[in-house]
Amino acid sequence: MTIDSQQKTSKFRWGEMDEDDDFDFLLPPKQVIGPDENGLKTTIEYKFNDEGNKVKITTRTRVRKLASARLNKRAMERRNWPKFGDAANEEAGSHLTMVSTEEILLERPRAPGTKADESKATGDGLSQLGKGGAVLMVCRICHKKGDHWTSKCPYKDLAAPTDVFIDKPPTGESSTMSAAPGTGKAAYVPPSMRAGADRSAVGSDMRRRNDENSVRVTNLSEDTREPDLMELFHPFGAVTRVYVAIDQKTGVSRGFGFVNFVSREDAQRAINKLNGYGYDNLILRVEWATPRPT
Amino acid sequence: MTIECVNPEGLRFNQMKSSSHQTLETRMRPILMKGHERPLTFLRYNRNGDLLFSCAKDHTPTVWFADNGERLGTYRGHSGAVWCCDISRDSSRLITGSADQTAKLWDVKSGKELFTFKFGAPARSVDFSVDDHLAVITTDHFVGTSSAIHVKRIAEDPEDQVGDSVLVLQSPDGKKKINRAVWGPLNQTIVSGGEDAAIRIWDAETGKLLKQSDEEVGHKEAITSLCKAADDSHFLTGSHDKTAKLWDMRTLTLIKTYTTVVPVNAVAMSPLLNHVVLGGGQDASAVTTTDHRAGKFEAKFYDTILQEEIGGVKGHFGPINALAFSPDGKSFSSGGEDGYVRLHHFDSNYFNIKI
Repeated sequence: MTIDSQQKTSKFRWGEMDEDDDFDFLLPPKQVIGPDENGLKTTIEYKFNDEGNKVKITTRTRVRKLASARLNKRAMERRNWPKFGDAANEEAGSHLTMVSTEEILLERPRAPGTKADESKATGDGLSQLGKGGAVLMVCRICHKKGDHWTSKCPYKDLAAPTDVFIDKPPTGESSTMSAAPGTGKAAYVPPSMRAGADRSAVGSDMRRRNDENSVRVTNLSEDTREPDLMELFHPFGAVTRVYVAIDQKTGVSRGFGFVNFVSREDAQRAINKLNGYGYDNLILRVEWATPRPT
Repeated sequence: MTIECVNPEGLRFNQMKSSSHQTLETRMRPILMKGHERPLTFLRYNRNGDLLFSCAKDHTPTVWFADNGERLGTYRGHSGAVWCCDISRDSSRLITGSADQTAKLWDVKSGKELFTFKFGAPARSVDFSVDDHLAVITTDHFVGTSSAIHVKRIAEDPEDQVGDSVLVLQSPDGKKKINRAVWGPLNQTIVSGGEDAAIRIWDAETGKLLKQSDEEVGHKEAITSLCKAADDSHFLTGSHDKTAKLWDMRTLTLIKTYTTVVPVNAVAMSPLLNHVVLGGGQDASAVTTTDHRAGKFEAKFYDTILQEEIGGVKGHFGPINALAFSPDGKSFSSGGEDGYVRLHHFDSNYFNIKI
């Protein structure tokens, strides 16, 4: 530095400054407010930005100890062991170990059969919903509120399945379930979808009504997948199912997919909002999956 | 009254809800460790829980730091798939059993090979005794030899190590592999389980067969894995018959059974809570009907006493072959056919799970 610090406040001689000199002395010093009880550390720095203006940069970081294990003495020693074998030549940037990008849940078992016997206590999100939102549980068959879900309706027989599954190609009979025909159908039907399979009794009621709230999304980009659609659509309401058609050979999306909402109004709002929405450089087309209901 | 809030598609409901409601799910960000090119066969933590050892069908057992998954080193020397390993109590010695018909003793810190026990057949399972002075090694059936359990003395000083067996126990059905053999309480007994679906307890000194599991209540197909409780009073076996069974270590009475839908390849017991974890493969008949969503293979958690499933942790791209709980019960790792080791640290919700 050619400039004496005493001259900080007064004008200095531009002519005597080298091009490479920093003007840091003009700036207030950096301030670090140490980690407080929440672990928040605030660092205040001053810099000159590209236009030569003085800017104040405040950085707030949370200092957190990961896996604060009380390691015993031997474990601490082992931490400092030199690497050996194949690890000896490794630089720190090797990607053998990485934290998963997905958050993994300990998913509670979903088969309704087993759940019937368990009385879920407070530990689970679903039960939270049950307590707070008991009114939300309306059975569509007997219209009793807060008692049971549609699939658990004791009066299941009342609901004659009037809806025909429109999407499926007609099989020559008015099939009430999507995969009722066992014989005479050329395509392979997995056991879970065949007539008499456990799942059909449970899933079809809910599923059929959901498919009236099914929304078709087209003009998706190649690498769009189910999680992306879920993320895009769930702000509008409860989504039961997302599906993206994927070309088996190449693994890319075929450009369209379906989203099933629990409620029709949510589906309608999603259509209104997202039709024409730009997503991943393509303009989405969002509409009802089935022929438009009046 | 408790309300049954069951949605058949409960899974989706949960996920979708998480954005709008405060849920009490256990969320984890597992650490993925891809150090092995071939399927994993075994995982074990050291006694202090700061090191995790992984064995795989590639010939190199690897040691990782258990808190962040960073690799510490590999043990080079085997020329066949490594089936099992055990670590001495002070974490200074590692013993591994391999398909190259040897079991090797290693120095944990340097990776140096200290001794090789040669057998006439692939070595399948190894286990140190309580004082690390003995090791039990099982060997498969091979040309000329039947499957057997060997007890070797482990010398304090590797220089003094000799390869002689103190005791050799022949399996009644020499052609069936003995997949796991462990020491019983106070090294008085050896417990073994294998392909013939029977669990046997042998006297460790005389080699006499003391007990055999009852065929009616026992497993119906090959036993693939065995895990001792922290206090050695009971143990858990997993089998291809899609169940895992909890047995009393002394009397060999069946205490509990846990059923699942896939053949069980690996079992583990939590040292902290009453949880049992099963990891398995995919039933052959289900291969054409399951959809090929990646990461579907899961480690299933069961309540030990109620025998009911608490949940599953998905993520592996292939059947799970190895499971291990850290000694403090706050994390667990799973190794799969896909060559990945996934290390999960539980979040606080896990410890509050109620059925």
